[in-house]
Amino acid sequence: MTVADERLAGTGLARRLLIRPELGAVVGAIAVFAFFAGQSETFRSIEGVANWLDPASTLGIMAVAIALLMIGGEFDLSAGVLTGSTGLIMVILSTRYGLSVWTAMLVALVVALLVGFLNGLIVVRTKLPSFIVTLGTFLMLQGINLGVTKALTGTVQVSGLRRAEGYDQARALLAGTFSLGGTDFRVAILWWLGVTALATWVLMRTRPGNWIFAVGGDERAARAVGVPADRTKIALFMTTAVAAWLVGSILALRFTSVQANAGLGQEFVYIIAAVIGGCLLTGGYGSAVGASIGALIFGMADKGIVFLGWDADWFKFFLGAMLLLATLANRLVRRYAEEVRH
Amino acid sequence: MTATGGAPARGEAGFAVPLLETRECGKTFGGVIALREVSMQVRAGEVTCVLGDNGAGKSTLIKILSGVHPPDSGVYLVDGAPAAFTSPRDALDRGIATVYQDLAMIPLMSVWRNFFLGSEPSLGWGPLRRFDVARAKRTVRQELRSMGIDIRDVDQPVGTLSGGERQSVAIARAVHFGARVLILDEPTSALGVKQAGVVLRYIAQARDRGLGVVFITHNPHHAYPIGDRFLLLNRGASMGEYGKADITRQELTSLMAGGAELEQLAHELSRDEPPGGPKEIR
Repeated sequence: MTVADERLAGTGLARRLLIRPELGAVVGAIAVFAFFAGQSETFRSIEGVANWLDPASTLGIMAVAIALLMIGGEFDLSAGVLTGSTGLIMVILSTRYGLSVWTAMLVALVVALLVGFLNGLIVVRTKLPSFIVTLGTFLMLQGINLGVTKALTGTVQVSGLRRAEGYDQARALLAGTFSLGGTDFRVAILWWLGVTALATWVLMRTRPGNWIFAVGGDERAARAVGVPADRTKIALFMTTAVAAWLVGSILALRFTSVQANAGLGQEFVYIIAAVIGGCLLTGGYGSAVGASIGALIFGMADKGIVFLGWDADWFKFFLGAMLLLATLANRLVRRYAEEVRH
Repeated sequence: MTATGGAPARGEAGFAVPLLETRECGKTFGGVIALREVSMQVRAGEVTCVLGDNGAGKSTLIKILSGVHPPDSGVYLVDGAPAAFTSPRDALDRGIATVYQDLAMIPLMSVWRNFFLGSEPSLGWGPLRRFDVARAKRTVRQELRSMGIDIRDVDQPVGTLSGGERQSVAIARAVHFGARVLILDEPTSALGVKQAGVVLRYIAQARDRGLGVVFITHNPHHAYPIGDRFLLLNRGASMGEYGKADITRQELTSLMAGGAELEQLAHELSRDEPPGGPKEIR
């Protein structure tokens, strides 16, 4: 900043920090870490860290994708169930139809892209709220997941992925572990970091990133200056679907079986993590790093409650409290960022 | 991109071909005559004010000038040759930029992101093609400064700017992207006196850079200090195009309001002004 105005001094730095979307999430993460680390030896040990980073990683990948979508002004309620659908497709194809794990994953990816494309297409063509459109997709996918699984297996789960061709390599790549300082960490953590870095780069340093903020901030104004709003939104839905495919594959490879109701209920956790990370429900504002930190908070609380020996039901209470706090904080930030100066 | 030299000095403009000219342009929508035989000129380095009350045909005229509608009758000349615009994009490609009241800016995005929205400068190629952020910020800072626009920080969200500042940024954006003609749709109507003054200053800046400006307003007190020519519209028809020398502020005001209540209106308006009129801006 070569041209600093004297009026920037003083309030400038504080303001800049305050309008960072991640601020609330960072403060929350520190508080949650301090709370659990202060009471549980296991929680703050290196094994403990590896333990709570694990749920944070798969949630984080989804939260980042959902954050991009929310910044673009849309929701996707079908994302959670889609992680189940892609996992089921992969396991069914490779255990019942003799496809290799890689081919099955490829088919699952194509299906996911199609679902994302249709979600996006219906939203931009009909102008219906994405909340409703993807609620429809959500229920349809849920029905298909259960119906097809039952019809094929007579039960509500498919398993036996371990015997499929290519399983070992795929598992090593997506669901394996790596050693750091003598402790095993899940490879998914690396995927999570990679996805976060990529999303941040796209958002902050590319033209499509600028368009994402614009279509979420004011779609009409964005169109007026030539932003391809429809393409941007459809691409965002497809990105979310790809993230769901990645997470679905990671989980299927890790457990070697998939429940027909896998991912159900997760869609709201993704949205909550993104909101805690600073995404506005109204779009146009937020960050990928914030959503990742939101996911980290969930990972810590999820395992921390267990380490403290509490009933896991308290996790839901925690979820709700964090959501309320985060939305209130976000509203303040937005007012501050948008206030008109006279 | 930004024309600083080469513009005809003000005063000699009369010898150059007008940037825009309409000759007896008319437009009807169904059975409604929206515009009837309106003739006007826009010259480089001059401000042409289009004045008229609501429903006078101002918006229809802007839409013809900016390429949204072709005229149904008469001719529309750009650089002396008949124009056949099929969309605002065509007009923009000829350097005719329209800044509408709502400005097409996004409140939550920073000034520099808004400035280049839809035309982001980029670096690299293929999947590594990226938004040249450093260049964008630098350019915005330079452009704003050269227009004399005083914005503390290009990183601040547009929502934190005042109405006048937003208008100014929108004008600077149009100038930067190569506008030769700037069509401003009621840029001062939603603003307070002081803010309106700020915007008028930037209109003057654009004019001094050699742009032709079309300034649409219903406020003769904003138009008179800055206008070089005045087109008055009433119920879709022209009440005449006047040079600044041909008309006084009082005449302009009374023509605009166009009737009997005007004496009273002028009286009311004049009470708000200090003696000598709102010469002093800011």
